Amino acid sequence: MKKIYEKPVITKLQTGFMNKFGSSPLYARKIRKDIDGVPISELVEKFGSPLFVISEKKLREKFRQIYNAFSTRYPNVQFGWSYKTNYLKAVCAVLHQEGAIAEVVSAFEYEKARNLGIEGKEIIFNGPHKPVEILEVAASEGAKIHIDHFDEITDLEKIAEKLGKQIKVAIRINMDTGIHPQWDRFGFNLETGQALDAVKRIASGGKLVLNGLHCHIGTFILEPEAYGREVEKMVKFAYEVEDNFGFKIEYLDIGGGFPSKNRLKGTYLPPDVAVPPVDEYAEKITESLYSNLRPGDFPKLILETGRAIVDEAEYLITTVFASKRLPDGRKAYIADAGVNLLFTAFWYKFNIEIDREVQGSNEPAVIYGPLCMNIDIIDEGTMLSPLERGTRLIFSPVGAYNNTQWMQFIEYRPNVVMVMEDQTVEVIREKENLSDIEKRERLPERLKIK
Amino acid sequence: MDRIKQLAINDEGFVFDPLTGDSFTVNQTGLFILKKLKEGKTEEEILQEITGEFEVSQEEAERDLIDFIEKLRSYRLI
Repeated sequence: MKKIYEKPVITKLQTGFMNKFGSSPLYARKIRKDIDGVPISELVEKFGSPLFVISEKKLREKFRQIYNAFSTRYPNVQFGWSYKTNYLKAVCAVLHQEGAIAEVVSAFEYEKARNLGIEGKEIIFNGPHKPVEILEVAASEGAKIHIDHFDEITDLEKIAEKLGKQIKVAIRINMDTGIHPQWDRFGFNLETGQALDAVKRIASGGKLVLNGLHCHIGTFILEPEAYGREVEKMVKFAYEVEDNFGFKIEYLDIGGGFPSKNRLKGTYLPPDVAVPPVDEYAEKITESLYSNLRPGDFPKLILETGRAIVDEAEYLITTVFASKRLPDGRKAYIADAGVNLLFTAFWYKFNIEIDREVQGSNEPAVIYGPLCMNIDIIDEGTMLSPLERGTRLIFSPVGAYNNTQWMQFIEYRPNVVMVMEDQTVEVIREKENLSDIEKRERLPERLKIK
Repeated sequence: MDRIKQLAINDEGFVFDPLTGDSFTVNQTGLFILKKLKEGKTEEEILQEITGEFEVSQEEAERDLIDFIEKLRSYRLI
């Protein structure tokens, strides 16, 4: 009877270093054998590796949790699904079913929402680049257009003239809410009086009707109080506009920027401790609304939360393709997915789970992707047990910005599947092949290889 | 491999390097390999002994042995 094998490990004992969390004990190993009851092995067998897996259940749960945090505190709430966070049709469709309208920031996204069957009036059109053709379509279809700059006011006035009707618009404003960096490149600045100038300009033109205000203070904001300050300034400005220009501000769009339970690189505390619960944000925001709104006035509160809804609903299954020992002694693993699929790896340190029990003590490891590029690192320092070739690594949360910012660089993009609430699995984006990548290319006749 | 011979290795997997004062821990397989290295066995011989002693394929054992020796090298024990 032979002994059970365990990969050989030697670890240097460090003395003189403080580590209040201790070394990684057995319980720190994270094993995941399934996603919503569907085994990892079955998913990979059927759909390949790497594989993006979205949980319909979790997506709906997160939406409801965040929506309810606001709707139970304020009577007039509308969510706009931030397309740029994840615009896979199935993801958008689930969130539209849940009651979100679309929030788009480009002609492409506008067309995507319309193509999915969303009416123009159910679309919020944000962003600094709205070419006049799409702006005209949006204006004629009654989209909620949020003006970013003075040139857009001019464009919209010309469109209003052409369409022979007044166009309802909102303006985006930016402001100091006490957080850094202060986002000041989008919209009109409040403190300098630029926002008021924009309102004056709109009023004097007579072709546009201002009925909303929009602001978006930043991204991954860990300070709920900042939203309280944002709302206070928006409400005060709304009344200034109403009292002096006769416009009725029907809605306040306070944007998004709410964090998910992801871990920003360089943060010391784990996300469960560092990220405040959504109720704290809802409390600060609605408290600020009630203390600044006039009695009986309940303008619509629009939120464009993206990351906080979708991030935790998606996983990326990857496979250890090879391993090597670096000159400094660290273990390096080469996974079949890297920054080509996980664009957010540049900012976030993902939760890493493995698909099986592994013998052997943890050691410092680096996880590289498959690209022939030095920057292709998913995790530059984590503790892992010795892993054999073929082990699956499951990264999460990866639902925000990866399926929109991924790049087609030397590899095909893989299948994306959704585990439905009944535990069936649907492919929601097929893996690419050569014809997908080459179909827009044209090879001049004289260059053809004979 | 002479450095290896100077190491103090106990049966629980505690390793002391009298030259530098560094201490290490090794698991059962690591201990097995270290002892064989100390005895002056070649990598081929050690590989054969691992597959004789443990439930493991030749391929996996070989891969892990190379990796373990690289790790020893990074600690300058070889």
